[in-house]
Parts: sequence; structure tokens; C-alpha cells
Amino acid sequence: MQHASVASLLAGLRAGEFSSEEITCDYLSRISEHEGQLNAFITLTSEQALEQARAADQQRAAGQAGALAGIPLVHKDIFCTSGTRTSCGSRMLDNFVPPYDATVVSRLRQAGVVMLGKTNMDEFAMGSSTESSYYGATRNPWDTESVPGGSSGGSAVVVAAGFAPAATGTDTGGSIRQPAALCGISGIKPTYGRVSRLGMVAFASSLDQAGPLARTAQDCALLLSAMAGYDPADSTSAQRDAEDFSAGLEQAISGLKIGIPAEYFSAGLDSGIAAVIQTSLKEFAQRGAILVDISLPHTALSVPAYYVIAPAEASTNLSRYDGVRYGYRCEDPADLHDLYTRTREEGFGAEVKRRILVGTYALSAGYYDAYYRKAQQIRRLIQQDFVQAFTDVDVIMGPTTPHPAWKLGAKSNDPVAMYLEDIYTLGINLAGLPAMSVPAGFCSGMPVGLQLIGNYFAESKLLNIAHQYQQWTDWHQRTPTLPAAA
Amino acid sequence: MSVAQAEIEKIAELARIRIADSEISTVTERISSILEMVDQMQAVNTAAVEPMANPLDASQRLRADKVTESDQREQFQQLAPLVEDGLYLVPRVID
Repeated sequence: MQHASVASLLAGLRAGEFSSEEITCDYLSRISEHEGQLNAFITLTSEQALEQARAADQQRAAGQAGALAGIPLVHKDIFCTSGTRTSCGSRMLDNFVPPYDATVVSRLRQAGVVMLGKTNMDEFAMGSSTESSYYGATRNPWDTESVPGGSSGGSAVVVAAGFAPAATGTDTGGSIRQPAALCGISGIKPTYGRVSRLGMVAFASSLDQAGPLARTAQDCALLLSAMAGYDPADSTSAQRDAEDFSAGLEQAISGLKIGIPAEYFSAGLDSGIAAVIQTSLKEFAQRGAILVDISLPHTALSVPAYYVIAPAEASTNLSRYDGVRYGYRCEDPADLHDLYTRTREEGFGAEVKRRILVGTYALSAGYYDAYYRKAQQIRRLIQQDFVQAFTDVDVIMGPTTPHPAWKLGAKSNDPVAMYLEDIYTLGINLAGLPAMSVPAGFCSGMPVGLQLIGNYFAESKLLNIAHQYQQWTDWHQRTPTLPAAA
Repeated sequence: MSVAQAEIEKIAELARIRIADSEISTVTERISSILEMVDQMQAVNTAAVEPMANPLDASQRLRADKVTESDQREQFQQLAPLVEDGLYLVPRVID
């Protein structure tokens, strides 16, 4: 049961084979047994979960069940949850209990999900390993000495470890796709603007986008259908009609034109990952897809452009944490200046401070043109690479990450080495395109993700292709063996 | 490009982040390494390229100028570290 898909759990709930209360109890007991080894959660909401599960069961009995009624789910601790602490992995928000729900949270609640808890993450979503959390590192269930990826590492681990069938995450530079790849699950980052950002703690507002993590593409489609949609309260929300992302899953993929970017297979890619991805591509070709060599010539520049734009936006967004209106405040401030500078010194961790400083530098007088404007121009070039590619192909495929999960601590002291791990995901955020990662095999015993990149608002196509891939592969059904509880 | 320690101190002041004396050299070194990586951008000729601020090139939507939010002052004040009579308290600025 613990590794069942959302789709199969829904079928079982509908058929009356089990109740939401029963499966919620099962997940909670699995969590209490193994959470100590993985540290996937910041906050567990067991009591509320059981109440919500009983309510979902009553609604189903009364014939009023929502689309996801009774499905246990976890939220990344970046989404505001009314009455439940939302820390964003930071000491700064350790005591923050939001007075309202994020739109993602309220939409999923309306669909009937049962929230089991809030998951661990890199502080303010700034990281690729879930090691920068104030609440300690999360561990990869495939090897508890390795990182799970980040920043949505807790959410990815919850799904991979069978703590819940589904999770929410956010992806500013790869934070859904990369942990999904490193933990052997599926995850989709929708087109920028597809899912409301209201109530999602802001990191880099022109890049942030929420999406689901789950075992299968089919489950991602079910979850995204509930999460997505225009929200007048988010000024960058895309004005598009609601969409049923499950509707096109069964379409045939013969004749599909798949672009293979040379830059995603160049030096720096682990040979084991390259072999896994080449095998997947061959399988697509055997099923009638057409592989087309393409070029995304500005790929390498996505790392420097991103690490100007994201910190610049972060330095602006995080200026709100001043120790006055909410969040952490230092003890006994001598004066207002001391209140601000010491609150921010003590409330933020090292990586967050680094990014605020880099962003402040890039935006400061005399450097704006050389850094921020330059990065925005390169962002345009990166977008044009993709626009050009999509005139000829339906989808682009390549690896999600250059390496499998690395050991805890291996890159903690070298921020640039950590940033380079995002080379295949950053450009997609800069362009604002949808992309997903699906399990495609293993390399040195650790999961490998195949990345599918789509044109603007082509999530249905991506999910269709990923679902078809999961009809002839079983990588998404592989599960780690958790070590016995200590 | 490598950055002088004094420059990091100035930026930290602008960002209102105190950096302990014992940490300033490490912070300077790490930020220099990030800025060196970022400097790859300078090799690209972008003279004719329009900067891109929003991935969909969307502009800010406007709405009718009318009140849509209810007054939640008391609820919001409960989140603050220090309040009095509906005001947020900070250390005295003017004697």
C-alpha cells in the first residue's frame, strides 16, 4: 500500500476497499517508524490529518467527494498553511503561523486531500541538496548517507520512502525536477504562471513555480489539474481556463519529434547517466518517435545568468524580514540598525546570506548594467534558443542532472560546485517553460531522471509522453529498502 | 572578479546583514568565487538584445481601484514580536 499510486488509491477509496482514515493511519505509522532516519518533515500534522481523513470519508459516503477526496499528501514548508507553522526551512520563520492558506493549499483542500505534514527544504528554497535547512539535512532513502537533492528534498523523500503518495513542491531553478530525479520519482514544473504563487513564500518571483511530485506521470496529472488555474490574487498568474491534464494521457507517441540538445550530453555529464538516457531515447525511437539533434547554444550561460537574477530577486524579496512585523527578532537590540542587522545575521543561514549579498551587489549602483541587465539579456538569448528549437520539435529530452545523488557534505563548502549541478534545469526556469523528470534507471545504485521539456503551456503533452514511457518501463515502480528503524 | 573585503562590508551594510569579524574573510572568498563564475557573461555580446524580465513578457495587470480586502489588523499584529496599542514597536529612533 505505501507505494501505491494516487490513481490506485482513488480507485480503492471509490470502491470502498479501504477508507481514507485507514490509509492515513498506515502512512502515519510508517512515518513514525522511519522518519528518524530520513528527516523528511519539519512539521507533522497527524491529528489534523486524521480529522481531515474522517471528513473525507464522510463526504464520500454522502456522495460529495472532491476529485482527490481522502488522498494523503504533504506540502513543502514553503506553502502557507493557516494555523500550521510555515518555516520555509529558516530560523527566520521558525515561529511563523500564517493567518491564511496558499492558493495551492486551498485548492487541494477543496479537492479533498488529507495533509500529513510540512516537508523539509533548503532554507528559502535556496539549494540543491536540502542540507541548508535550519532543521537539519534530509537523507536520501536510496542511501541515507547521500543527499536527496533540493530544494524540495523533503517532498521527494516522502514520496520515494512511501510516507505519502504525493507532495507539493516549488521549482525556481530545478527544485522539483532535481530531487525527483535523485530520489527516483516523477515531478513536473509547470509553465511560469500556470499555478498561483499566492501564499508561496517568495524567493525569485520571475522564476518561482509550484508543481506536484508523485510516483507516476498519471498522478502528477491528477494533482496538477487540482493545483493549476488562474488566480486573480497573483498578478503573474496566467489567464487560462482550467484544464484536465489527465485527458490526453493515452495519446500515441508515434511520429513524436524529440529534440536532443548536444549541450546536455557534453563534458561534465556522468557517463553512467549518459548511458541511461541514451537507452531511454532509443526506446522512444523504437516506438516510432523521431530523434532530432538540436542545439541550445547558450546552455552554459544559464548558470551565471540564473545566479545573478535569482539572488537579485531574492535580495529584494527577503528585505521584508526585518524583525518588526513577523518572524524572528534578535534579543535586546541596541537601536533600530542593530535590530535589522542582527535579526538578519541570526535569522538567515549562510547560503541565504550569500545570495542576498550577491543580489545586493548585482543591483547596487555602478554594477546594475554589468550584472543584472546583462543577465536579463542573456536570459532572452536562452529563451530564444528554446523558441527556435520548438519550431522543429515537439519535446526536448535529456538528463535532469549531470550526476546522481552525492554524499552529504560533499559540496557544502563549495557553492559554485553546487550551482553547477543545476546546469540542465536552470535554463527552463529562465525561459519559463514546463518540464518534468521521470525515473529512467540507475547509476551506481542511485536513481537517474530523464528530463522532458515542453513548449509553453504544453504540460498535457509532457504528461502524455511521460505516461506512455511509464507504460513500457517500470523504473517508477522501483522502491528503496529502508534500513530497519534504530 | 575578486572582491575586496571592504566592498563586501559595504554590501552587507546595504543589505542590513551583520557579518562577524571572524567570518568576513570566508564570506568574501565565497562571494568572489560566485562573482568569478558569473563573469562568464561578460564574454557575450548582448548589445542588441532586449532584456527579459518576465518569461511570458507579460506586463502588470491592473484592477479596479476598490477595496477587496477585509481589515485583519488584529490577526496580523498577533504575528509580530512586539506591539502596543495597535502599533509595531522598534527601539527608539528619536530621543
